Amino acid sequence: MIDDSTVKHVANLSKIEVDEKEIQEFKRDFERIIEFFNKLDEIDPDVEPTYNVIPLKNVMREDEPAKPTEREKILANAKFKEEGYFKGPRVVE
Amino acid sequence: MITVKEWREKLGEEKAYDLIAELIEKAKKNTYNSFITVTEEIALRQAEEYDKGKRNGKLAGIPIAIKDIISTEGIRTTCGSKMLENYIPPFDAHVIERLKQEKAIIIGKTNMDEFGMGTTTETSYFGVVKNPRDVERVAGGSSGGSASAIAGNETVLALGTDTGGSIRCPSSFTGVYGLKPTYGLVSRYGLIAYANSLEQIGPMASCIDDLGLLLEVIAGKDERDSTNAGRSFVYSPVEKKFRIGVIKEMRADERVQEVFDEFVSSISKFAEIEEVSLPSLAYALPAYYVIAMSEASSNLARYDGVRYGYALKNLDSWTNYFSRVRKEGFGKEVKRRIMMGSYALSAGYYGKYYLKALKVRTLVVQDFMRAFEKFDLLISPTMPSTAFRIGELADPVTMYMADINTTPINLAGLPALSMPAGEVKGLPVGVQIIGNHFDENMILGFGRMVERNEV
Repeated sequence: MIDDSTVKHVANLSKIEVDEKEIQEFKRDFERIIEFFNKLDEIDPDVEPTYNVIPLKNVMREDEPAKPTEREKILANAKFKEEGYFKGPRVVE
Repeated sequence: MITVKEWREKLGEEKAYDLIAELIEKAKKNTYNSFITVTEEIALRQAEEYDKGKRNGKLAGIPIAIKDIISTEGIRTTCGSKMLENYIPPFDAHVIERLKQEKAIIIGKTNMDEFGMGTTTETSYFGVVKNPRDVERVAGGSSGGSASAIAGNETVLALGTDTGGSIRCPSSFTGVYGLKPTYGLVSRYGLIAYANSLEQIGPMASCIDDLGLLLEVIAGKDERDSTNAGRSFVYSPVEKKFRIGVIKEMRADERVQEVFDEFVSSISKFAEIEEVSLPSLAYALPAYYVIAMSEASSNLARYDGVRYGYALKNLDSWTNYFSRVRKEGFGKEVKRRIMMGSYALSAGYYGKYYLKALKVRTLVVQDFMRAFEKFDLLISPTMPSTAFRIGELADPVTMYMADINTTPINLAGLPALSMPAGEVKGLPVGVQIIGNHFDENMILGFGRMVERNEV
């Protein structure tokens, strides 16, 4: 079943920090949810998977230049920016 | 509830400005917590334009409330989340462009479960929506604010979105009309994604004709959504002797079932009715949740506090920064779904959960297609119960169970309507009317006959 390290592992995959109390809460919730998912163990259908119900294939449009969104309007939602660019966190330690 | 026809009659007697100002006052008072943002200035300006004679549009002068998951240029769009509390989209969604072209008056952005993840609007960062029919009860979710705004006479029309029942559930709980269109009929451009293979934007209103009118405006070709079907919609409700299948596997609690059974016998004067079984529905709900959570884990990866959304005071190393932003910015249900999705997609579990769920999806589609060879429409109770008390559903899985009748429709990409069909102890009961792909006119035609017969 689900143990503390599984919760920590998926929290890390999801990039969500969790504290000790949350680990215990999520562990309980995940056990219930996985029990609910495991209903699917009862069957093994021999059919192709459906990713999308409406049959559409390689929808293309003409490659024509369009009016871009203004840089300032886009940057307005960012807290950290410099010289017209987004500023992100350090990626190299 | 106010119909478009009634509102137009009012517009013939009073100034649009005064009528809209009155609605805005109500929306600001926010008795049911329907609204996250009221767009007073823009709405009043549009009303003035109408009074000056600018009336060339299908929805000229008609007030509409927009679920706060649909991007509106220059108007904050929160998705009911702390993560997007101050986010101002730099562009309009396709449906908003269409509403503006037809001169609809946008009066505000409505409350919802955080990112659409919930059945009661209790996961909203901005607080629960109260049901106008009983304020101790939830209005349903996730489009709870759009439904309560219509039921509480705070708007005439509203837009909702439906990933697994989010239009139909609140419609059923508050006694309004809500239509989830066929997947691909309405462009999702500007709809903030939760589970993109399942969700659609759809109309909510107080009668069938208004759903038809609003769908006509928002449906249509849009190159910016690669899953858009490229079809437009013209409202022309079908009239015929309908062949109706009652879905055996979609049931409700005893009292709701009684109301539904009465409804079924009352439509026998204009429909041939027969029971139909769709055995794959036994597996549809877990399959739906596996797919929805998997897609959510991928779609919500974009919230990193860099380009938009909740940010910390200082930048840190990337893994600390992203993890902390997401800890503080997301609510509990959103975290649950992202993490369960990551789990279902992770090495070793992909085949057991995600791939299996997609195969069940194929079975569900096949079952529905078989049923539509024989029937024009399929029906069921929309929800297995009437509206819950606020705080009644404490456990997540119990909440997921409430979506048992609505989620299979999204798996199959079908259109489905919820319309009022009676009451249990003063609380509305909705009936779900399901059509084949792009058969919205069949659904609405049947709904109109039901409306006229006053079932």
